[in-house]
Amino acid sequence: MAGGATMKADPGFYDYWPYDKRPKLNWPGGARVAFWVAPNIEFYELDPPANPHRKAWPQPYPAIPGYSIRDYGNRVGHARQMSVLDRYGIRGSISLSTALCDHHPEIIAQCAERDWEFFSHGIYNTRYTYGMSETQERDMIHDAMVSIKQHTGQDCAGYLAPALSHSELTLDLFAEVGTELAGDSAGFYTCDLFHDDQPTPINLRSGKRFASIPYSLEMNDTIAYVVNKIEPRRYGQMLKENFDRLYQEGADSGTVMCIPTHNYQVSCPHRLKAFEEALEYITGHSDVWVTTGREIARYFIDNHYDTAQASIAAPSGEY
Amino acid sequence: MALDKEHLEYPHRRYGMDHDRYDWSMLSERRAVTWPEGKRLALWINVGLQFYPLNQRGTPFAVPGGMTMPYPDLRHYSLRDYGNRVGIYRFLQAFDRFGVKATFAMNTELAERTPQLLARICDRGDEILCHGWNMDSLHYGGQDPAEEASLIQRSLDRLRALSGQDITGWISPARNESAKTPDLLAQHGVRYFCDWVNDDMPYRFRTEQGELVAMPLSNELEDRFVLMNNLHSEQSWLEQVCDAADFLLAEAQSGGGRILGLNIHPWMLGQPHRIGKLEAALEYISALPGVWNASASDILTCWQHQQATH
Repeated sequence: MAGGATMKADPGFYDYWPYDKRPKLNWPGGARVAFWVAPNIEFYELDPPANPHRKAWPQPYPAIPGYSIRDYGNRVGHARQMSVLDRYGIRGSISLSTALCDHHPEIIAQCAERDWEFFSHGIYNTRYTYGMSETQERDMIHDAMVSIKQHTGQDCAGYLAPALSHSELTLDLFAEVGTELAGDSAGFYTCDLFHDDQPTPINLRSGKRFASIPYSLEMNDTIAYVVNKIEPRRYGQMLKENFDRLYQEGADSGTVMCIPTHNYQVSCPHRLKAFEEALEYITGHSDVWVTTGREIARYFIDNHYDTAQASIAAPSGEY
Repeated sequence: MALDKEHLEYPHRRYGMDHDRYDWSMLSERRAVTWPEGKRLALWINVGLQFYPLNQRGTPFAVPGGMTMPYPDLRHYSLRDYGNRVGIYRFLQAFDRFGVKATFAMNTELAERTPQLLARICDRGDEILCHGWNMDSLHYGGQDPAEEASLIQRSLDRLRALSGQDITGWISPARNESAKTPDLLAQHGVRYFCDWVNDDMPYRFRTEQGELVAMPLSNELEDRFVLMNNLHSEQSWLEQVCDAADFLLAEAQSGGGRILGLNIHPWMLGQPHRIGKLEAALEYISALPGVWNASASDILTCWQHQQATH
């Protein structure tokens, strides 16, 4: 879609907030870095309805190359990544295509057994938000959050829009449906924005206390491997260097490091070792809070949200 | 603004897959497989022997590795041909040096065009599987069913006649298929195919003409993908192969036998500056304890016997 008169130059979700003048963010136990791993557990349909704004597959049906490698993630990759996360005491925060609760309940059960978090990544990763009416998008968001509740008992706290496809109202609708379903205990954080290394308050039309939690696109295995075509061992090195700097800066004020993963990328036999070495390195440090997206968001909203709002509202440098 | 209502309908939202070709199953939950003599990792070296026509039609898309320049694209035509003239003989020498056996996926038109090459492969006693007619004869959704049926029949019949082998394996050019391809393959005597990259072990695949077995041949580790698509270094390809071998061997300790499928092309790794990395990979893997090097069919047969007793 080309830019037009009705489009905004700035989404308006957050205000400018210089990194070096913020009130100190204290994590539980004096940790420097809140570290979380977000495995995307996705279902891509072989024959989805064709969204008029984005093609699901490059080839005419059946698009076996793309479909089958993603299926590999569920058939083969998931169990591998899970065993690596177990080894380092990491609970995954699942970015979930919620139809997977129906298709592959075994995976859901294994994650639930480990007290992993489930957050919404839409219903299928082949259904895009583009072109939906407000009612349609609300229905889709509602369906996904209800599925998580029904299949796992969890109130869905976070959102990553399916295939990162958004409307201007996505975050508002997610927060509002969360409130409708479970008040302040659902729909209170998003992974859709990449503007910061610390949580930030998000401006919504409802005024709900809602946070953006850093979910790094740069550390995302699919961005690294498929888009940037990084070599596996270099990916492992990048993860360590990303951590080193966030850990160093975290001595002054708490930071967040996230590794978003996909079982069809990171769990391939030639790639898992680099990931595992990075996890061993990161969790081998003291003062690292190994946690989940929900726990980071909850802690931030309960303990730092008001201070952050005041700091953002204060004239530059006066806080 | 709104989408049609089908966009919020989910007719295949149910247990298992959103199609009926195979059952949903997690590798970690399956019964362990064992290889002969207690070996843990089956090594399947799969060599793609390909003919990329100069007059590429590109229907429905230009095959990766094919012509990209205006006709006549001599650079890509001849660089691919290099693999069949020069590169393959470096491969054969490397296989002999490290005592490994490979399986050869051959375009039938190449078998027709290069009888000396075909004879060399046949004389070695190595398995040949059919890689379709040529790299520009794609199988694809929307293809005329009669055209595809005759393409498959001709590719298989002719390769069987030329090679004297049964030819029971198949890889589609670009691993692309129509919705009918698996049915046609089963109908024409194919036992296993390697287009679906969704597993690290074989699995049963339904067709209208009985069962096929899908054999696991990683695309992510293939030379063309790593070097040409990802633009990684030759050294990195070698590291990735060694890391994969180590990983699969370790997983096999608790999960049962695994397969390392190495899909390689003489026009890529057969270049003078790359052949050393293939040799280093073969040296590394063949020195690992617990590796069983076999043809695709032997691996399949061994796997199948263990399924039968299930």
